[in-house]
Amino acid sequence: MAQAAAVAKPPAPPRRRRASATPRRLPYLLIAPAALLMLGFIAYPVLSVFYYSLQDYNPTKPWRNGFAGFDNFVHAFTEDPLFWDTLIFSAKWVVVEVGLQLLFGLALALIVNQTFVGRAVGRAMVFSPWAVSGVLTSAIWVLLYNSQTGITRYLADMGIGSYGTSWLSDTSTVFPAAIVADLWRGVPFFAILILADLQSVSKDLYEAAEVDGASRLKQFWHITLPHLKDAIVLSTLLRAVWEFNNVDLLYTLTGGGPAGETTTLPLYIANTSVDAHNFGYASALTTVAFVILLFCSIVYLRLSKFGGEDK
Amino acid sequence: MSTTKEATMVAPAPRRTVREPQRPAKKRRAWDEAPRWQIYLPLSIYLLFTLIPFYWILLFALRPAGSTSLVPWPMTFDHFEKVWTERSFGTYFQNSVLVGLATLFLTTVVALAGGYALARFDFRIKRAFMLALLCSQFVPGALLLVPLFEIFAELQMINSLGSVILAETVFQLPLSMILISNFIKNVPYSLEEAAWVDGCNRMTAFRVVVLPLLRPGLIAVGSFAFVHSWNHFLFALMFLNNQQKQTIPVGLNTLMSADSVDLGALAAGGIIAAVPVVLVFAFIQKWLITGFSAGAVKG
Repeated sequence: MAQAAAVAKPPAPPRRRRASATPRRLPYLLIAPAALLMLGFIAYPVLSVFYYSLQDYNPTKPWRNGFAGFDNFVHAFTEDPLFWDTLIFSAKWVVVEVGLQLLFGLALALIVNQTFVGRAVGRAMVFSPWAVSGVLTSAIWVLLYNSQTGITRYLADMGIGSYGTSWLSDTSTVFPAAIVADLWRGVPFFAILILADLQSVSKDLYEAAEVDGASRLKQFWHITLPHLKDAIVLSTLLRAVWEFNNVDLLYTLTGGGPAGETTTLPLYIANTSVDAHNFGYASALTTVAFVILLFCSIVYLRLSKFGGEDK
Repeated sequence: MSTTKEATMVAPAPRRTVREPQRPAKKRRAWDEAPRWQIYLPLSIYLLFTLIPFYWILLFALRPAGSTSLVPWPMTFDHFEKVWTERSFGTYFQNSVLVGLATLFLTTVVALAGGYALARFDFRIKRAFMLALLCSQFVPGALLLVPLFEIFAELQMINSLGSVILAETVFQLPLSMILISNFIKNVPYSLEEAAWVDGCNRMTAFRVVVLPLLRPGLIAVGSFAFVHSWNHFLFALMFLNNQQKQTIPVGLNTLMSADSVDLGALAAGGIIAAVPVVLVFAFIQKWLITGFSAGAVKG
């Protein structure tokens, strides 16, 4: 990769200048559409969130609107127990979900990386939930968890559990129930990325290890895992951010309930802005969420010494 | 015609390197051979976990309302008919297809241009731009709903599919651009230069030499964009209030949040939502792995 970049580096040799009329302006022209779109629809909204976070802003109560200083932040940290509850639940959700997805995804990738009869079909089936949306995942698991016609009924027929159990409306079962539903869709993501990275492990290394008499477990520990490290670090990070931010599944599966038991911080923010119209406060919470995400990501990359071996 | 011929003459070298990881090695050794049961047993268990939910929704979609049979027999398509016409899934389907294809097209074209600039040029704001791309990954689209809503209201785009297409494209762009620039870096610059010597201008050289080699990468990026926008829910929920303009995930949510959920209709709607993406996915699965290993995680 480094070589490829180096090839492009020297400023236009004469040959290249002839090839295109405006070599100096060309890169700017090429990134212009992307840059404009991102300025308008990401940078500007982000800045306006920062701005609103310092305001009292509620379209339904315009008489109170105005500059609020850090009141919104103070309120969140000192007076709003829901902020802490939802933040803690978010952390729990992300850690459990990403940890389990990685574990199963890694195992799955190792299995379907072997050669066996029916591998193509097996891969396709194992990966298929990846393409399914959060809302559809909810729909499927609502059908499965349904107390009258769901899987519990048939389990009860076999003597496991009791009739009429609804896992999604019971505070003691809703967390594992939601976790399993999201795992169903999330594991293939890791499996796909890890499988892709497994393709580039040099076969010679395994042959050498084989000659030296290393067991399969040792080969995995000393060859496969170090090779996968960067991919694992990056995919867990991307996934953690994604799991934190994504509200589709919980919004439709549990709606944050029962009794606010499964409300993540982003879900709380969405409710605050969309239902309560308290845009100022929601913006402050968004700012806090953004800072927390950025901070955790930096710490995580530092701790995992991402890309460290190259330097 | 002659230019295409040139391309195929130049192409084989990199094409082989792109494909290599995917080809199963001929000389599989003992180290690669796990005992069969160590493969089939865990795989079967996992497949049960994957497939039972799919079977469950199929079962509910095909068996008559009120039936508790575990096989969809007698089979009925009433739920599909009902959901397609009465619950407007026909309209939602059209809207979703439109949003998906437009997002796919916009994302690929814009990311291709930007990715090429990032891969082939050194320019002053490149580092800052790359940093912005990475940082944007931490910006939660869901949390920008309010300012985005205000922007689209200002542009008079609320209730127009254009708002959803734009929003989906923008949030797909950063990752797509990074991926595509990595794919382009994998194509040796000398190939392009050789084409210039032969008298192609930059555009033609790119189209004839580079573009064909980017196929797996573009398929991966494009299908990503399509599947994401097909599946994404919040933007459509927020920006489209008119029922005639809504997309399939919003329709599904409406079915689910009804006071007494019509399980058969919900299941049929779910199947309608799943079929296109599962088909796309089955088709591109092979390309996805190649595309990713060709340049995904490594910069």
